[in-house]
Amino acid sequence: MAMVEIKNLCKHYGPFTAVDNVSFDVERGEVLGFLGPNGAGKSTTMKMVTGFLTPDGGTVSIGGHDITKNPVAVKKRIGYLPEGAPAYPDMTAQTFLDFIAEVRGLTGNEKRRRVEETINKVNLEGVVYQPIETLSKGFKRRVGLAQAILHDPEVLILDEPTDGLDPNQKHEVRALIKEMAAEKVIILSTHILEEVDAVCTRAVIIAAGKLVADGTPTELEARSPQHNSVTLALRGTDKKTAERALKKIDVIKTVESTAETENVVGFRLYPRANRPMVAAISQLAQEQKWQIEELHVHKGRLDEVFRTITANQQSLT
Amino acid sequence: MNNVWILFKRELSSYFATPIAYVFIVIFLFISGIFTFYLGNFFARDQADLLPFFNFHPWLYLFLIPALSMRLWAEERKSGTIELLLTLPMTMGQAVSGKFLAAWAFTAITLALTFPMWITVNYLGDPDNGTVLAGYLGSLLMAGGFLAIGSCISALTKNQVIAFVVSVVVCLAFILSGFPLVLDFFSGWAPQVIVETISSFSFLTHFNALSRGVVDLRDIIYFVTLIAFWLFANAIIIAIKKAD
Repeated sequence: MAMVEIKNLCKHYGPFTAVDNVSFDVERGEVLGFLGPNGAGKSTTMKMVTGFLTPDGGTVSIGGHDITKNPVAVKKRIGYLPEGAPAYPDMTAQTFLDFIAEVRGLTGNEKRRRVEETINKVNLEGVVYQPIETLSKGFKRRVGLAQAILHDPEVLILDEPTDGLDPNQKHEVRALIKEMAAEKVIILSTHILEEVDAVCTRAVIIAAGKLVADGTPTELEARSPQHNSVTLALRGTDKKTAERALKKIDVIKTVESTAETENVVGFRLYPRANRPMVAAISQLAQEQKWQIEELHVHKGRLDEVFRTITANQQSLT
Repeated sequence: MNNVWILFKRELSSYFATPIAYVFIVIFLFISGIFTFYLGNFFARDQADLLPFFNFHPWLYLFLIPALSMRLWAEERKSGTIELLLTLPMTMGQAVSGKFLAAWAFTAITLALTFPMWITVNYLGDPDNGTVLAGYLGSLLMAGGFLAIGSCISALTKNQVIAFVVSVVVCLAFILSGFPLVLDFFSGWAPQVIVETISSFSFLTHFNALSRGVVDLRDIIYFVTLIAFWLFANAIIIAIKKAD
């Protein structure tokens, strides 16, 4: 049984359907990226998974326990960073984390050790005695993250964990997520697609409340029209001859000429049925005695896939 | 129970981490002093009791308690911490009662700081200290009633000003329902049962008895039931209306 099982989850706000029949499972060791345009239902789904909102339909079960039937037991196993990393502004980071630790059932030395460990982990050492309202956005986010990982939860749910952080801070948070990934279930929402490549082992895309794609980042990238296309620049030939020769290779579907300078001609080549073209191209180049200036295989870009999928969805509704 | 205590500590210390506690205490002591000595004619009455002190408490609470309770849930909603609080492993009942008890304990501290009044009356005369104690008990119970109403109304909105204004109006209704002016309006035409029911809902009816030293279990039960009812409503409102 998967650690997190989400079945047919629905949520309505009046006539508006925020989440529409969303189902997916997440296993231990997976880092699931939850993608979607703003207002697609990412946060609403996470709020239901963490037991904040009650679903209008469907079930969420964590480690075999239903969240609506056994909320306290399930909440114990979850660490949650809500959107915007809310915390009590008048508390210091230290007293805030002490409070969370106590609610999480930690006491005495164990509590002290865990709070200190977590503070070190998210690099809060310098600011623990400052009221949270005086902290910068990056530190506030880290306090929120510390609060979520304090009790070493089996399931970690992070709503936009790197939103508003600078590139260095983003890198730190991602490193932290990767470090914890092996023995946990991590679900994180984001609309930064590079983040999916950087930390996620799997990504689901949600648009207008519906689940529209589910796969590894590589699988999703393969859906891009650019996937496996090749940029090629040749020296020692002219455009027409090269184009004619390239078109004869049967794995190449289309040849687009891109740039032409004095000695170099450029092409963008698209494969037939996603088949690899590089071997055939280099063989041809050898036979024709062309010099290859540039040869680059495109993996496809996640943001293109994202745009294609979510735009389709929106035009349907 | 443990969770209630943990939340209670956090909430109570947050009053003292902000100027709220100090402003509230100073204003309460100042105004209750003015009322007692000037409007209540504490000296001119020439009686060794604290009636002029307690008589003004309903009116003092009418504005000061909603000012304290308006932030209880509205602020959690506004800042988004409600999402944090309600995804921690505690029940709704624990969250509601922890916050309420902290606010109530804070009013108890404020009330305890009026002890110079008690010293004064003991210095000047020979009051019945049992009556004084009953007055304090009544005042504390009444403060709890106001707080429970305010807490429930605060759960309805994320706007603290709305929470304040609506709480004042509802609390005013609970005071006025025992006021002769209001009761006279009904007694002319309504059956006696209705008039008595309306009057029995009033804070004044129950508080006045206690402040005169009459500790009737029914008055205590009235306040305890009232608090329980409003806190229960508070929990239901949050359960229904969490997100916005």
